[in-house]
Amino acid sequence: MMAPPLIELVDLTFSYPGVQPPILDRINLTLQQQQQLGLIGPNGCGKTTLFHCMMGLLKPQSGSIRFKGKEIVKAGDFFTLRKEIGLLFQDADDQLFSPTVIEDVAFGPLNLGASPKAAIEASHQTLTELGLDHLEQRVTHHLSGGEKKLVSLATILAMKPRGLFLDEPTNNLDPETRDRLIDIIAGLGLGHIIISHDYDFLAATCVDLAGMNAGRIVAADHSALHTHHHLHPHGSHPHEHGDH
Amino acid sequence: MKFETFSTADSFLQRLDPRVKLLSSLALIVVIALCTTFSAACGGLSVALLLVLAAKLELKLVIRRLLLVNGFVLFLWLTLPLTYPGTAAFTLGPLDFSREGIMLAALISIKTNGTVLVLISLLATSSVAALGQALVKLKVPTKLCLLLLFSYRYIFVIHQEYLRLVRAARLRCFKAGTNLHTYRTTGYLFGMTLVKSHHRAHRVRQAMVLRGFQGQFHSLYDSSVGKTEIGFALLMLTAVAALIGLELFSRISS
Repeated sequence: MMAPPLIELVDLTFSYPGVQPPILDRINLTLQQQQQLGLIGPNGCGKTTLFHCMMGLLKPQSGSIRFKGKEIVKAGDFFTLRKEIGLLFQDADDQLFSPTVIEDVAFGPLNLGASPKAAIEASHQTLTELGLDHLEQRVTHHLSGGEKKLVSLATILAMKPRGLFLDEPTNNLDPETRDRLIDIIAGLGLGHIIISHDYDFLAATCVDLAGMNAGRIVAADHSALHTHHHLHPHGSHPHEHGDH
Repeated sequence: MKFETFSTADSFLQRLDPRVKLLSSLALIVVIALCTTFSAACGGLSVALLLVLAAKLELKLVIRRLLLVNGFVLFLWLTLPLTYPGTAAFTLGPLDFSREGIMLAALISIKTNGTVLVLISLLATSSVAALGQALVKLKVPTKLCLLLLFSYRYIFVIHQEYLRLVRAARLRCFKAGTNLHTYRTTGYLFGMTLVKSHHRAHRVRQAMVLRGFQGQFHSLYDSSVGKTEIGFALLMLTAVAALIGLELFSRISS
């Protein structure tokens, strides 16, 4: 028997109070357990809202969310989902709030009931795997932008998730950190959805691609992503590609 | 903005468990604040000075902070001798400087400096994060402790957001003046900073909930009260008892 999809959205509709038309309009989307999906679309089309609905931060007006084949009905069900799916916010400053890096990374494991000793061990291991163990005792708000992004990822990975939602992870990253992020994501092999405007980044990290526009999934084109090499006048400077 | 100038030096006071420091400073400050005699106030100031020396702080920074505080004390010296009823110590033209007023101003000055020095040597030598955790362990309401910790964490971010707005205004040739346009713009800047901070608080909460936060902070470090802590607590207890004794003795004998 095939494993049920990690997450499945059926006719999900959400609108912010007093705003018409709805920002999410009968969304149907399925993410298989190991599927790596890129989500692309113009600003304000509802991508972030979609993530927030899927994580239970926003309550959709209609439609349903199924996590591993089971429909989510009450708030408590989202707790189970959040244990297995990690969401990386756009702004790392929203995610890091503890005084030191190690405390922030340990925050999730502690909430899941780990003992302080086990939480430190898990955090240390995660940071080492990401090559960030030298930052452990650093104060979070003194980190550089790239370090903040990678540490935020570590805070999620320390909870040993089965899937990841990444919201525009390459925003404001230098090419080196961006490449490092690609390597890290490739090495994890987890199922994920990545929102990004960075086509090359999606090509390097995702197998499938879905487009979103005006609250609807417009194309869930399997294997649509391809690598293309081309010359840039800006060389290796950070740049973004428009939607092709 | 610069914080925690004193928590980075290295002495036994920096390493001491913040709970002991919190309780000791509380006891010392209550005694210093309530004493009414010069001998007890001077005793408190001496204890505070000894603590500052023990903390091995940079004296230049300590003095700079004291100057700041004594700026406020200066106002007392300007007003109390003129307004406090009592016998005139000396007269300057039509103004009578009362003896009692001068004594009171002097007493307040000593007490203020003693209190500030106790705070610098005992509390400022811990990081805000450590103090927050210590307050949680001392069973201070969690909400208040969280408020302290989060204010500290995000004051930098809010400050940066504010500076970003100010910069944006300046780049469009905004110059502050005494006119309605300036007042309105300043109002917008503060208002926008408030709105942005509110949104950020909301997002931070979301990020915490997603990582399983249920209103309870779990501490990573098991700080323990060792021999040094007990020794220090006993020492402070003796100092507090001595100050109370001094106060009572001087009250009776005067």
